[in-house]
Amino acid sequence: MNKILKFSTFAAVAALIGGMTSAAMADALTIVSWGGAYTHSQVEAYHKPYTKMTGTKINSEDYSGGLAEVRAQVEAGNVTWDLLDVELSDAVRGCDEGILETIDASMLPAAPDGTPATDDFIDGALTDCAVATIVWSTVYAYDTTKFPAGGPKSMADFFDTSKFPGKRGLRKGAKPNLEFALIADGVKAADIYDVLSTSAGVDRAFAVLDKIKDDVIWWEAGAQPPQMLADGEVVMATAYNGRIFNAQVAENKPFEIVWDGQILDLDLWVIPKGSKNKAAALDFIKYSTDTQRLADQAKYISYGPARKSSSGMIGNHATAGIAMLPHMPTAPENMKTAILNDFEWWADHADEMNERFAAWLAK
Amino acid sequence: MIDTNDPLVRFIGVQKSYDGEILVVKDFNLDIARGEFLTMLGPSGSGKTTCLMMLAGFEPTTHGDIMLDGKPINNVAPHKRGIGMVFQNYALFPHMSVAENLAFPLEVRGMGKAETEEKVNRALDMVQLGGFGHRRPAQLSGGQQQRVAVARALVFDPQLVLMDEPLGALDKQLREQMQYEIKHIHERLGVTVVYVTHDQSEALTMSNRIAVFEDGIVQQLAAPADLYEKPDNAFVAQFIGENNRLNGIVKEISDDTATVELDSGDMVTAVRINVSQVGERSTLSLRPERVQVNADSTDFNNIFDATVRELIYLGDHIRTRVNVCGNDEFIIKVPNSSNVAHMSEGETIKIGWKTNDCRALDFYEGL
Amino acid sequence: MAVTATTPTADDIMLDASGMPLKQALAIAERNKRRKALIMALPLLAFILVSFIFPIIQMLFRSIDNPAIHDNIPNLSREIQDWDERAIPDEALFAILADDLRAAGKLKNQGKVATRLNYDITGSRSMITQTARKLKKKTEGPYKDWFIGLNEKWGEMRTWVALKKASQKYTASFYLNSIDMRYSETGKIVAQPEERQIYLTLFWRTFYISIAITLICVFLAYPISFLMATLPVRTSNMLMILVLLPFWTSLLVRTTSWIVLLQTQGTLNDLMVYFGFIDDENRIQMIYNMTGTIVAMSHILLPFMVLPLYSVMKTIPPSYMRAARSLGANQAYAFYKIYLPLTIPGVAAGSILVFILSVGYYITPALVGGRTGQLISNFIAFHMQKSLNWGLAAALGGVLLAAILLIYLAYNRIIGIDKMKMG
Repeated sequence: MNKILKFSTFAAVAALIGGMTSAAMADALTIVSWGGAYTHSQVEAYHKPYTKMTGTKINSEDYSGGLAEVRAQVEAGNVTWDLLDVELSDAVRGCDEGILETIDASMLPAAPDGTPATDDFIDGALTDCAVATIVWSTVYAYDTTKFPAGGPKSMADFFDTSKFPGKRGLRKGAKPNLEFALIADGVKAADIYDVLSTSAGVDRAFAVLDKIKDDVIWWEAGAQPPQMLADGEVVMATAYNGRIFNAQVAENKPFEIVWDGQILDLDLWVIPKGSKNKAAALDFIKYSTDTQRLADQAKYISYGPARKSSSGMIGNHATAGIAMLPHMPTAPENMKTAILNDFEWWADHADEMNERFAAWLAK
Repeated sequence: MIDTNDPLVRFIGVQKSYDGEILVVKDFNLDIARGEFLTMLGPSGSGKTTCLMMLAGFEPTTHGDIMLDGKPINNVAPHKRGIGMVFQNYALFPHMSVAENLAFPLEVRGMGKAETEEKVNRALDMVQLGGFGHRRPAQLSGGQQQRVAVARALVFDPQLVLMDEPLGALDKQLREQMQYEIKHIHERLGVTVVYVTHDQSEALTMSNRIAVFEDGIVQQLAAPADLYEKPDNAFVAQFIGENNRLNGIVKEISDDTATVELDSGDMVTAVRINVSQVGERSTLSLRPERVQVNADSTDFNNIFDATVRELIYLGDHIRTRVNVCGNDEFIIKVPNSSNVAHMSEGETIKIGWKTNDCRALDFYEGL
Repeated sequence: MAVTATTPTADDIMLDASGMPLKQALAIAERNKRRKALIMALPLLAFILVSFIFPIIQMLFRSIDNPAIHDNIPNLSREIQDWDERAIPDEALFAILADDLRAAGKLKNQGKVATRLNYDITGSRSMITQTARKLKKKTEGPYKDWFIGLNEKWGEMRTWVALKKASQKYTASFYLNSIDMRYSETGKIVAQPEERQIYLTLFWRTFYISIAITLICVFLAYPISFLMATLPVRTSNMLMILVLLPFWTSLLVRTTSWIVLLQTQGTLNDLMVYFGFIDDENRIQMIYNMTGTIVAMSHILLPFMVLPLYSVMKTIPPSYMRAARSLGANQAYAFYKIYLPLTIPGVAAGSILVFILSVGYYITPALVGGRTGQLISNFIAFHMQKSLNWGLAAALGGVLLAAILLIYLAYNRIIGIDKMKMG
């Protein structure tokens, strides 16, 4: 067995060396992201101007999240992706696993007023292996036509099926349902992860979820919750805020976002370990995460820029022409009860919580 | 042996159509006597198998009645008719042993174990397959399978057994052997058999009576010898055995003879069978073995010159093709006896036949 | 009919034309034939080896392979095996750990150690990464109290027991995990706490859903196959196209159509409300649960049952049934004794095909399975793609593979694979 493995490693290394020599100069970057409106916003705000400026072509590929493909590429020694847009938990986990290149945050450009990048990015946006571009959040939204007498206002309302009857849509997974459950149960935003770190706290979160278990339709892909709302399958659903915004603006759906208890998360650039175009990829990261570029992206999608200095530059939507700021998770109005996803906690507890969640679901 | 006054099976005015447009069986009337071996003979598509299937109950009649033992069976399900059947490809159940195959009809009838076993063994002995009971059908030769099929159709003592071209899949020699075996079993058991075949020699060998089918109609129903010697119409004459045809127009007609002017201008006298008036077209039928070479006019009233076209040596006789009266396909069977003069191709010979051997029939339009 | 075989004696060995013993000549001819056959089969064999056998071996290897700790903190991994598990290790072992972790930190390998240990002890990931970070500044001992002061878990027995187990080069812990077991804090094999038991439930559910799908497919496919085998060719071709239609449509399109049909605001519920079978408040949940999985998968897998059944039924001449009828059996009895046994090979082939396919299906249950319609394959995919715990994914796959092999063997014993027919 070991011989076989050694042989395959040898073959992989040989392929890697062969590949490296032929691609010493980068004339194209392969950038992988989530597709749809989100990739569109990146292409408009980053890719096109970058290609215009440097002449480097960009191949845009779609994926559905997770690090499986990156890990496979790195282990096979045949890395074809140069840059990847990942969630925070994957950025941390991938860094731990050693399948991502480290990125020195001090090389990033300073804000226009001279503030160094390390201070300009919001807390948690820079990690050993990743640079954040946007802040997105998981919120819940409801169909206004279903509640003519006034819709839900708080996270507690979401879990109250007697006050607001009807099916709920929830992401199939422990994250961020445990946080939502505790917020609804009255736990303060700052205490959420402390409570969750005790076994009584986890029991408490599941007990809250138990209350609506029979009324939940679970979703997995981000496109599902707006569709479920539109179909009338559910009356309210947790969702990524950009997806709901898109349904509101592009499809004129009567949806309303409840920002109470929203859970902020980040999307970040990472470079798979062994990328053949590491230098070019780093250059692209520098370009795309400067203040102007991050602000530009907000013209196309309702995700907040990861730099504080970009916030003041957010304008109107590129086609709909409405002001984008109120739709940003980072807008002061929306931030009142927001909590930031604690990736450290999740990195430690994801396996146990997901197993427990799956066991809970199956019962 | 055959008593036609109390028939076992009666077809009364039976018609059958599959598509509502074409009648496959046009007007079928037939009485089958107890203990009779009756064969339905005809080319494929003539309606004979359809009649058999209606009798077995697998096809409903479109019109008319079928009576079995004096009772109408149109509305009796196949499994309640008590008719044994042997199928074209035997239809032995491949997942059962030979003994299980034979025991099947007995089990269905709720027969006890011991009795079943005894009857199965007796039936196997009857077809000389004692000791083969444990084998699977696939382990038997074609002839053996055929015997099992016959034994299975008989093991529950049906009064009537239907056989649908049962020997079609066997080679010639085996087929002939099986013909005799089936014939002997029939004679020994006295069971009534309705047998379907397109092979006329099989029909002639085995049957008490033969019903010749064509175009959904029974052309003639008769004993084998009568069918061959005395065909009622041109189709039967042509279908049964070898036949020479001469076409012409009836010139003169009497009670039992007719004089026909052939298309070549020659005049021939024949027995009047199926012609009604002077001036109509007729086909004369003449068996090849009834034609005499070097005939003289004292014994034969029809004598013509013939040119020898082809000689085929067949051991017991010489098959001779001649041109006579404008017919280039005229066959004569010349016995291979020492007193027959040697002939050669191209030679002109005198041939002749008796009026009694030549039958004036309806005009035959086929080839 | 007995045939007495004649065995050749030394005097009458048969020779061929050139004087070579006949048996030998035959053997040479046969050998050439075999060689030719082997050469023709070689490309396929090589393909199967590379694309099927080798990945399976690799997967099975990964399910016991455990290099993350063993390779990255090698000295501790070696020394800890001599620890007696009676009390917290002494300073010597802490010092080795400190050196190892510092070295791993330089190579950015501390994350791998942390992730691996976290599988066994939740929360130990941050303990390792934090310790490794702090070790950059602390260059000399004593370490023991410093470690425990940094994170009290270093002073717990279960941390060290887990570390000892997890640092072995090969491990059974993925397999234990895959059947809801684990190593206890004292190193014994015990069941997982109840709230984390999931995989056995899922294996059972996968098997009974698969059996249900197989039975539904038999039930649906049998009559339609019978029709197709007995109807005139033109009609049966039409039916065949209808049956094969799902084959030609993308899996996603089909699954989405089921969602449109079955969801609570969907066509079927609308119709039932319209005709008053149910009232608007009590619409029936037919999708995003086990029902959805069973319905959609039965639909998708139906052709795999119809095709073998049809091709077997096509070879059964109608005369068998007729023979049985003429021998006195009524329709039902003839079907039960004759037709059914003859179609068993087709049922057997179709069943094992559908069963094995449904055991491994994952897209459809993921889309329409909701809470109660998830199968084991969904969790294998989850551990491959999301949690990146490939060892556990491989172990789950290994258990599944073993279970299917067992079922296959039992099936072979009962029905006989040689009796199966695809047509």
